Amino acid sequence: MADAVDAATTGSAAARVGATLAAAHRPRRAEIVFWLLVFVAPLALPRHALLGNEIAILALFALSLDLILGYAGIVSLGHAAFFGVGAYTAGLFAKHVTGDPLAGLAVAAGAATLVGFATSFLVLRGTDLTRLMVTLGVALMLGEIANRAAGITGGADGLQGVAIAPLFGRFAFDLTGHTAFAYSLSVLFVLFLAARRLVHSPFGISLRAIRDNPLRAAAIGIPVNRRLVAVYTIAATYAGAAGALLAQTTQFVSLDALAFERSADVLLLVVIGGTGYLYGGFIGALVFKLAQEGFAGLTPQYWHFWVGLVLVVLVLIGRDRLHGAAARLLARAARATTRSPASGGAETR
Amino acid sequence: MLTILFDGVAYGMLMFVLAVGLSVTLGLMNFVNLAHGAFAMAGGYVTVVLMNRYGVPFLACLPLAFIAAALLGLVLERTLYRRLYERPHLDHVLFSIGIVFMAVAAVDWVMGSSQQNLRLPPWLSGRFDVFGVGVGRYRAFLIAVCGLLVITLELAVARTRFGSRLRAAVDDRRVARGLGIPVDTIFAATFAVGSGLAGLGGAMGAELLGLDPTFPLKFMIYFLIVVAVGGTSGLVGPFVAALLLGVADVAGKYYAPAFGAFAIYTVMIAILLLRPQGLFARPR
Repeated sequence: MADAVDAATTGSAAARVGATLAAAHRPRRAEIVFWLLVFVAPLALPRHALLGNEIAILALFALSLDLILGYAGIVSLGHAAFFGVGAYTAGLFAKHVTGDPLAGLAVAAGAATLVGFATSFLVLRGTDLTRLMVTLGVALMLGEIANRAAGITGGADGLQGVAIAPLFGRFAFDLTGHTAFAYSLSVLFVLFLAARRLVHSPFGISLRAIRDNPLRAAAIGIPVNRRLVAVYTIAATYAGAAGALLAQTTQFVSLDALAFERSADVLLLVVIGGTGYLYGGFIGALVFKLAQEGFAGLTPQYWHFWVGLVLVVLVLIGRDRLHGAAARLLARAARATTRSPASGGAETR
Repeated sequence: MLTILFDGVAYGMLMFVLAVGLSVTLGLMNFVNLAHGAFAMAGGYVTVVLMNRYGVPFLACLPLAFIAAALLGLVLERTLYRRLYERPHLDHVLFSIGIVFMAVAAVDWVMGSSQQNLRLPPWLSGRFDVFGVGVGRYRAFLIAVCGLLVITLELAVARTRFGSRLRAAVDDRRVARGLGIPVDTIFAATFAVGSGLAGLGGAMGAELLGLDPTFPLKFMIYFLIVVAVGGTSGLVGPFVAALLLGVADVAGKYYAPAFGAFAIYTVMIAILLLRPQGLFARPR
């Protein structure tokens, strides 16, 4: 790190860029505290392991959407397509090949990667509207396939008879959900580190340039289409992994893995937490799931009314204004507690 | 064979009436309104309630459904939608999905989640034969009404002063405003008429498409297909797109029921790839 700082003061432009990137990539204190808290959670709240598992999976799914929405500016209405592909692949793999969770996770993520790569060329062209339609169309198409191919997927009854072997041959996925929670959290953490590395790399910077102005990005020599294909494919891998986690930890896959509501929900929670900032999806997932737990007790089938209300109010107030206020609060709190530079959620965009 | 074509045309015309408001919304204000189906659903439920609870005749229900949905559209446009025109598309999408979710849950709460039955008057049910081709009376009625609407709309847009102002505003909002055309008022009126037409379509389609609280979600993709494939630069594009969609959907369900809606989505994605601006749009 010392030579990086040296280079920043004296060295060439390339070295200065490298130093800036390294500085952005250095883990912040608040982040370390956050992850410590996350990993204490399974021990501190053993009775809420199932809920925690769902939150971790949702957070991974949200992270995946944030990669394309927050960093590359692609509005997708069909992100559940890759989630569903991952879930069904993991389920079928466990049913017909082997119940080993890690092999299933890898195969499912690989299948989602392939589908993501194949469909990434569809989002390159056209406007926001075309992209919305195409992503929505792909998700609906896959949903229709899963529904019609009932002989393979179980159709509307869902895929049953998925049996997952114990993790590393030792930790069984039982009803308490302890193994599931730890497993999902570990996968989330590893994939998060990779995503963090990715968005602070030159690749990630070029994505943001494309998001803000594709024409100018192309003019300074960024291969726009190749970058978009790459990030879309990576996001599909992440979503597939999230789907696989859900299929493995619940040992069941149903059609709602591909449902429109799932795509819409994840869009909502990324927006609640803030786009273009990896932790946004985590905050969104936490708030969303806890709210769902709270409201579900009162009015189970009308949950989506409140989701809708939150969406409408959020847009009318203005997303930026809301996140700006939150960031200012955080910054003030950080300044009040310590003299060190404000860290945490101060960079929504 | 001809019966399928006939049913498909009827279905397509209905789709056009349902979706034409959306094509204007998208073309004029560039607003991605995923909640368009909610207005159609409102029209459908108004009809069902009026007919089944208060015994209002079917023909009288249709204009009432139009007025109810148009009023709803006008109020929402003036209070909520107009604040969001200048925002990015993501905000439009989030906002209108929110409206859809609220509408679905609210209707579910008030009316129950079951499918609503619409009892058509006897003179509209059954079939009659024309040169050996079986023709459903109700579908013939749909084609007649929707055909009249299409001609009226086309004349209104092409021949009236309001129509020429609307076209000017669609082509270039800023210049139109500079020329003193009251773009905001035109848009409010157009939004209301578009919502009203959706409501009318929902009322007429309640029997054909089925009416339950998930209506806006189920048919959202159909409306979007009509608009995206037809383009937003006139009425002819969406009309042809709606007819194609109707015939393809009915034929697909008849000849290859195992594939379901699969064919439609494939065709839509293929067309969007080849012509991102829609089938009939002028390149910009």
